[in-house]
Amino acid sequence: MNRVYIPKDSTALSLGADEVAAAFTAHGFEVVRTGSRGMFWLEPLVEVDTPSGRFGYGPVGAADVGGLVAAGISAAGSHPLAIGLVDEHSYMKGQQRLTFRRIGLVDPASLNDYLAHGGYAGLRNALSMTGAEVVQAITDSGLRGRGGAAFPTGIKWKTVLDQSVGQKYVTCNADEGDSGTFADRLIMEGDPFTLIEGMTIAGIAVGATQGFIYCRVEYPESIAALRTAIEVAKSAGYLGSDVCGSGKQFELDVRVAAGAYVCGEETSMLQSIEGKRGEVRVRPPLPAIEGLFGKPTIVNNVMSLAAVPVILEKGAAYYRDFGMGRSRGTIALQLAGNLKRGGLVERAFGVTLREILYDYGGGSASGRPIKAVQVGGPLGAYLPESQFDTPLDYEAFAAVGALVGHGGIVAFDDTADMAALARYAFEFCAYESCGKCTPCRIGSTRGANVIDRLLAGDQPERQKELLGELCETMLHGSLCGLGGMTPFPVQSAMKHFPAEFAPRSRH
Amino acid sequence: MTSADTAELQAVEAAIARHAHEPGPLIVVLHAVQDALGYIPEHSIRRIAEALNLSRAEVHGVVTFYHYFRTHKPGQRTIQICRAEACQARGCQSLERHAREKLGIDFHETTADGATSLEMVFCMGNCATGPAIRIDGRLYSHVTPERFDALLAHQEDAQ
Repeated sequence: MNRVYIPKDSTALSLGADEVAAAFTAHGFEVVRTGSRGMFWLEPLVEVDTPSGRFGYGPVGAADVGGLVAAGISAAGSHPLAIGLVDEHSYMKGQQRLTFRRIGLVDPASLNDYLAHGGYAGLRNALSMTGAEVVQAITDSGLRGRGGAAFPTGIKWKTVLDQSVGQKYVTCNADEGDSGTFADRLIMEGDPFTLIEGMTIAGIAVGATQGFIYCRVEYPESIAALRTAIEVAKSAGYLGSDVCGSGKQFELDVRVAAGAYVCGEETSMLQSIEGKRGEVRVRPPLPAIEGLFGKPTIVNNVMSLAAVPVILEKGAAYYRDFGMGRSRGTIALQLAGNLKRGGLVERAFGVTLREILYDYGGGSASGRPIKAVQVGGPLGAYLPESQFDTPLDYEAFAAVGALVGHGGIVAFDDTADMAALARYAFEFCAYESCGKCTPCRIGSTRGANVIDRLLAGDQPERQKELLGELCETMLHGSLCGLGGMTPFPVQSAMKHFPAEFAPRSRH
Repeated sequence: MTSADTAELQAVEAAIARHAHEPGPLIVVLHAVQDALGYIPEHSIRRIAEALNLSRAEVHGVVTFYHYFRTHKPGQRTIQICRAEACQARGCQSLERHAREKLGIDFHETTADGATSLEMVFCMGNCATGPAIRIDGRLYSHVTPERFDALLAHQEDAQ
């Protein structure tokens, strides 16, 4: 039977992938639903097998299907929508896909697909090692927390391992709330077993028997894909009371968030999994010592945990050999906002922002010059064109007052209003503040007011001074990153685009 | 008590029976209630508190902390518009303005005829093909004001 591969990733669905799949089914094709390769301007991207690899067509609408069938799609026939061999595409070719190596290739609900593409090789190795050896491998790999804080993952795991025996937990932060990020979503929807395997390895290494994935409610497709994969893994003995016959237990559940950005902060997330208001906890104690329900807990981002299987499969040195400086391995960069070719690029650390924006992103979607780029979500700094040669590296970004964060890159063209974006940063912080600490709860609202007065020309010099003081207070006096980092977008916008903060005449 | 109230209470009891034994069950129970009814009725808070051995204040505190939970019945369809930066970079502000004017309501409101609720969300992970909206379960990309009108009209035709 003729077979086509069509993503059921949310972006592909939002562009009509279900209708395209139905049209192929109506033409008698076998349709395999996969994750997305992460080339969103080509979605829905339809692929077929050829002796030299997958061959693609995109973007395909339901109305194109008849023509594609007539052109002999199953034999990779020529057609205006043909993009050639997918792995040879200019967007894919230079990528170094370790975490995302299976994305778009496998059916996310199929354990057989996962196993056929190297799945669970990492867990098999981990089961033949002691917990301390697994933790050492993670430390040696140089993996740092991909959620944004970049804390060494191995050190976190070691702290949990070193706690006396008793109930311990592994929690996965899948509250991917940063605008411009979708890497977690791509993994959860397109290759959920990778995350499940990573968490299982973590649990077995540190002696935790229960895991929770805290996934945002805005990702219903991810929640469904995770739950399906967990059930499949359970019934095949990869989760449960006797993981792969090792006698070791690891259970896994999904907890659904409820639309609070602050719950992406680790202690707030733990509160939320416990069923409480997502108010930030004061640290210490660290979650690794007193975390979920007061027990030692690993809290890692989806991207950190999804990198674990490849490290255990191919060894710490393999992973560590990618990257630069103290940023080892690969990073999943998410190209979003006003770019021609938005999507996912996994590359070793060290690639420059300019390469990402132009070689991959293809410049702005509007055709106008890219004026500013926000990296690392709503709490990340705005970078002007003069900083586009900064390499993607935690330390290099910190040196220019920016952050890599979760790797989201949002591009704005020259029509962007930087003062409005700075005001929005405060407005967002006010809306999402948990209210526990004063600098964030009150400072965010005051910040928006001060920008309003500044733009209205009400004692502008005085307002600028006030804004500076307010930012300092939030930076140093907030309990967590929400209040503590909101000044980053504000201050970077003011520093790099001062003219836009001049008083404006009212329309 | 009306039959609608009875149906609501049954949904609440079912949610409690199914999830009360889980660790830290409150948010799980609230999700189950909202999944079943579309909202969390005020009068159910007392029963949930009692069943989970919490105070009403604790339950109320959790319900009101999270943007997703609502205590008022939503419209027949709910439209979520993403307001986050990546969608702003692709022009979501003009879509927001247009949607509010077209529907005659603000965010977190429902039209007088009970047909449509409008919600704002911050990011649906559809950041490369914005502006993004979700109408009930379904996500849409590249939603210009014109496309917004077409989607609404198409939906109304389908009903």
